[in-house]
Amino acid sequence: MEKILTINNLTKKFGHVTAVKDLSFSIEKGNVYGILGPNGSGKSTTLGIVLNVVNRTAGDFHWFDGNTTTHDALKKVGAIIERPNFYPYMTAVQNLSLVCKIKDVPREKIEEKLELVGLLERKNSTFRTYSLGMKQRLAIASALLNDPEILILDEPTNGLDPQGIHQIRQIIKKIAANGTTILLASHLLDEVEKVCSHVVILRKGRKLYSGRVDEMIASHGFFEVSAGDNEKLEAFLQQHKAFGKISQENGIITAFLSEPLDASELNRLLFEQGIALSHLSKRKESLEDMFLEVTKDQSN
Amino acid sequence: MLRLLQIEFIKLWNNKASRFLIVSYFVLLTFIALIAAIKFDIGPVKFHLAEQGIFNFPYIWHFNSFIAAWFKLFLAIVIVSMVANEYSNKTLKQNLIDGLSKKEFVLSKFITVVVFAGISVLFLFIVSLILGLVYSDYNEIGIIFSDLEYLFAFFIKLVGFFSFCLFLGMLVRRSAFALGFLIIWQVIEGIATGLLYWKTSNSFAETVTSFFPLNSMANLIKEPFTRLSAVKSVANQIGEELTKDYAVHWYEILIVCAWTFLFIYLSYALLKKRDL
Repeated sequence: MEKILTINNLTKKFGHVTAVKDLSFSIEKGNVYGILGPNGSGKSTTLGIVLNVVNRTAGDFHWFDGNTTTHDALKKVGAIIERPNFYPYMTAVQNLSLVCKIKDVPREKIEEKLELVGLLERKNSTFRTYSLGMKQRLAIASALLNDPEILILDEPTNGLDPQGIHQIRQIIKKIAANGTTILLASHLLDEVEKVCSHVVILRKGRKLYSGRVDEMIASHGFFEVSAGDNEKLEAFLQQHKAFGKISQENGIITAFLSEPLDASELNRLLFEQGIALSHLSKRKESLEDMFLEVTKDQSN
Repeated sequence: MLRLLQIEFIKLWNNKASRFLIVSYFVLLTFIALIAAIKFDIGPVKFHLAEQGIFNFPYIWHFNSFIAAWFKLFLAIVIVSMVANEYSNKTLKQNLIDGLSKKEFVLSKFITVVVFAGISVLFLFIVSLILGLVYSDYNEIGIIFSDLEYLFAFFIKLVGFFSFCLFLGMLVRRSAFALGFLIIWQVIEGIATGLLYWKTSNSFAETVTSFFPLNSMANLIKEPFTRLSAVKSVANQIGEELTKDYAVHWYEILIVCAWTFLFIYLSYALLKKRDL
């Protein structure tokens, strides 16, 4: 696999505070990565370092094959960090022309990218007249001007209203569908779960997990069941070899699978035992459950 | 190089306030020509400034570059804000993320400063040449193009001063405070100069103060007024002998160049060290 970004033992200290500690991971072409972590876990600092705006304390990183300088590599990267930053007195087109000059790309793409994010009608309005959602969309258009090898998004939906969040997500999905590598930092887990194939989980500047999302949620899932006679049901489930942990709450029994089992198969088995279910659902743990599980062990 | 200049041009020219200040600066520079129009005509007293010899070649080069240097404050505002605004709009961060290196960022500002100074010299040259050709008593080619080192000194002075502004913008990160700092710095130099002349010998004080940044820039072009023959003859009548060295010296140029280098290097070092 072609590597886009490699980070080795990266450390950043702000005075006595260690924001990033001994972090290593790599980004491969074509995948959609999520960097997960609570606020203050070092996500933005890590991105700041690889984007040339924060100085590292120790460790190193390199873009692509490591033969280009960071600022030249960044011309092939599209990135938005936290708030969208543009010249408030310039129009969308003027701002994007400036970005084209910096990235050394022709100006032809400006209209196309503005159309992609739905800002073509407002292209001649100054940046200061834009709403937050429009500013964020302009930032995405700007990041896409060079048709980047990788798109880096840091909390792209922060502070947006539900409609704005939806628009941004649609755009990200559209971009991901084109095969662009994406690195998405967020603390919104469902957001990451919806679009990412890989995750890196950070907490207090350390890496807790990195790998595929579906491998992280590697369990066989769990059943939520209830019946008229819950005790008989629970007794049956406990003696069945496919089930591990079983708990009961509010009349619903939650049974975790230790090996694969179909919902229809379970239904048939129970019916043969004379247990008729009033509720049956099979679910997978969400990324949120797993995230809380992973970060829980590390507290203190 | 051209790319860096174009980047800075887009930023400056689309900003109404900077565009207004830049245009006013160059218009004012051209207005030096209006000094020629100063005329008093009160009965028997006829005074026409243009006929007092201030537009004589080569004196005009000295006189005009001294006067024109006052207008540099207009561009100082533009330069301080073009740096400080990059911080307050956080566009500096975005520029770096977009693929501009920190070196290129400082360089794009510095090149702009040099271009400003260059265009100022060109303006001054053309305006002075025209004024001189109209009013000068001497019109031999050899005299017209002598003493041009004042224009060179003017260029070095502007580049030095603008580099100082650039550095202050980078250091303070707020336009208003940076301009305030510039004024405070002028006061500090003034106080230090006063103390030196008071507590030490005159020659020692003169040597030390010639190394102060703002003073070294001011020293490049000495005041031209006492050089006028009219002023000289008045001074002679009251028994005062005016002997002053008006020339531009190489070591004065060198001091200002050293400051320019230091300011630009420090701006770069500051930017490199900072986390944005």
